Amino acid sequence: MNPLASVQQRKAGWLAAGLWLASGGLLLLGASVGSTGLDSVLDLRRDPQAWLIVSEIRLPRTLGAWLAGALLGLAGAVAQGLFRNPLADPYLLGSASGASLGVALAMALLGISPLATNWLARIGLSGAAFVGAVLAVLLTLLLAKGVQHTLRLLLAGVVVGVVLGAVTSLVLLLQPEIMQSMQSFMLGTTGFVGWSACAVMAAVLAAAMAAAWMMGHALDALALGESTAHSLGLPLAQMRAALVAVLALATGTAVAQTGLIAFVGLAAPHLVRSVVKTTHGRLIGLASLMGAVLLGSADILARALVAPQELPVGVLTAVLGGSYLLWLMHRRTGRTGGP
Amino acid sequence: MTKNPAPFDFAMHLIAIEASGICASLGNAEVLHGISLALPRARWTSIVGPNGAGKSTLLKVLAGLLAHSGQVRLLGQPMEQMRGRERARQLSWLGQNESAADDLTVYDVAMLGRLPHQAWLAPASSADHAAVERALRATQAWDWRGRPLGQLSGGERQRVLLARALAVEAEVLLMDEPLANLDPPHQTDWLLTVRALVAAGRTVVSVLHEISLALQADELVVMAQGRVTHQGGCFDAATHRALEAVFDQRIAVHPLAGQWLAVPRL
Repeated sequence: MNPLASVQQRKAGWLAAGLWLASGGLLLLGASVGSTGLDSVLDLRRDPQAWLIVSEIRLPRTLGAWLAGALLGLAGAVAQGLFRNPLADPYLLGSASGASLGVALAMALLGISPLATNWLARIGLSGAAFVGAVLAVLLTLLLAKGVQHTLRLLLAGVVVGVVLGAVTSLVLLLQPEIMQSMQSFMLGTTGFVGWSACAVMAAVLAAAMAAAWMMGHALDALALGESTAHSLGLPLAQMRAALVAVLALATGTAVAQTGLIAFVGLAAPHLVRSVVKTTHGRLIGLASLMGAVLLGSADILARALVAPQELPVGVLTAVLGGSYLLWLMHRRTGRTGGP
Repeated sequence: MTKNPAPFDFAMHLIAIEASGICASLGNAEVLHGISLALPRARWTSIVGPNGAGKSTLLKVLAGLLAHSGQVRLLGQPMEQMRGRERARQLSWLGQNESAADDLTVYDVAMLGRLPHQAWLAPASSADHAAVERALRATQAWDWRGRPLGQLSGGERQRVLLARALAVEAEVLLMDEPLANLDPPHQTDWLLTVRALVAAGRTVVSVLHEISLALQADELVVMAQGRVTHQGGCFDAATHRALEAVFDQRIAVHPLAGQWLAVPRL
């Protein structure tokens, strides 16, 4: 029907296929990489103790990293479309600082240690992070008096981020013993993700993906400007509220399970756009896959680089994602000769 | 593209958009002070006036995009009682300096014009694809339908946005500076497209700062300082005098080869 436009569609198809393939490879590799180096999964099957490590630790954490990356990639694509700003990231509405404050308060007031292997404590910390993230977004919405003015929303998000960050610092000053555990949360870690966390993230990812996909047209129309989108008869107010909900839920869930992982949400949509130009319906799905592959690879690198020690995965994503974005920016300015 | 004059029918004598007592503000400053006007159906009306006269604001009010007091009726129906999609099917709007959509392809952008006709989540129908092709061919943008908007020049991009507005195939078309960045051949194409639309019974309302092009319209609405100072046919001497007056007698309207031209008075 439209042979020239389908070039982009074909590219999108190839990219999706490549990313699914990479995801499969990562899952296999993630099950094999441990503190002792690389073992074949097939060998591990024969040793019941080794197999327990694979099925209860390596597999859920690998899958968890993949799911958290998918949530962040999706949230990043939604944020960049909603705010019509390529620098928007999922933590924009204060969810990151809210989650940090929730975790700090849980540790300081309830005395939960982040190193507790007790699953009740783990759920308590994740819950605190999630509640903190969602409350912070609600506070941002309250300050911005709704979702209709994107600039006011951005400013309110910055204010909430700064104020909650200050409160978190205050809590840390009063309870210095939780400083180190807080640090590991802030840097982001995939080490504690179990099967239950995977189930939660998968459920939220499915719901957020369906909702975001349904609002892809609204994001496309918004790219043409607020008035044009309005003139096309779209119920912008409701759609924007739904998109903010998707953003808050996806980010809150990812942050609750893995801490503050930098750059995945920002870089994933850019990486997709550098390969294929497509509508938001497809972009959101591809950015989600891209985020999943990014965080999945970062998780494996974090385990392998300084084995038997482990790097915080957030440090890796910041370094890798940051340098890639810089390179992309440099290449783009080099080509057009402008800023 | 036919250049036949509009066939005589009753729709010609009806009103496409009727506005009464329109006041509107940008920020805290009132920009429109009680405007009342009726725009004829199956006609092309141009709105002209000096910078800051409130032309674009008026066009936004007429498109139902800006809060205002007073009433606007679209094809006889009070606009505030219409549902968004219903209004969007009858009225298409092309804005000025709207954002870029650099990452969408030309075809995807034009297809957005079909949103008012599509059920939510329904894929584009063959009628949608046909309308998009007609619109892209009308603005000579069909050849680069697979390219992202970010790779086009300002004029090429404007032709795509124009195609997006045409693809709605609405009864009434409102355009704010549709000729921005267009080179002379494509300005002529735009004129012919508008004439064909009007010949087919559509109503076109445009804000134009190029007076000679505005004089190609059927009707002229002259604005100054948030008020309408004159409305009349483009061939009327009274309209030409009102035009010269609103621009402080710094332009003169002269006939040339059967057309009216506005030239600077030096």
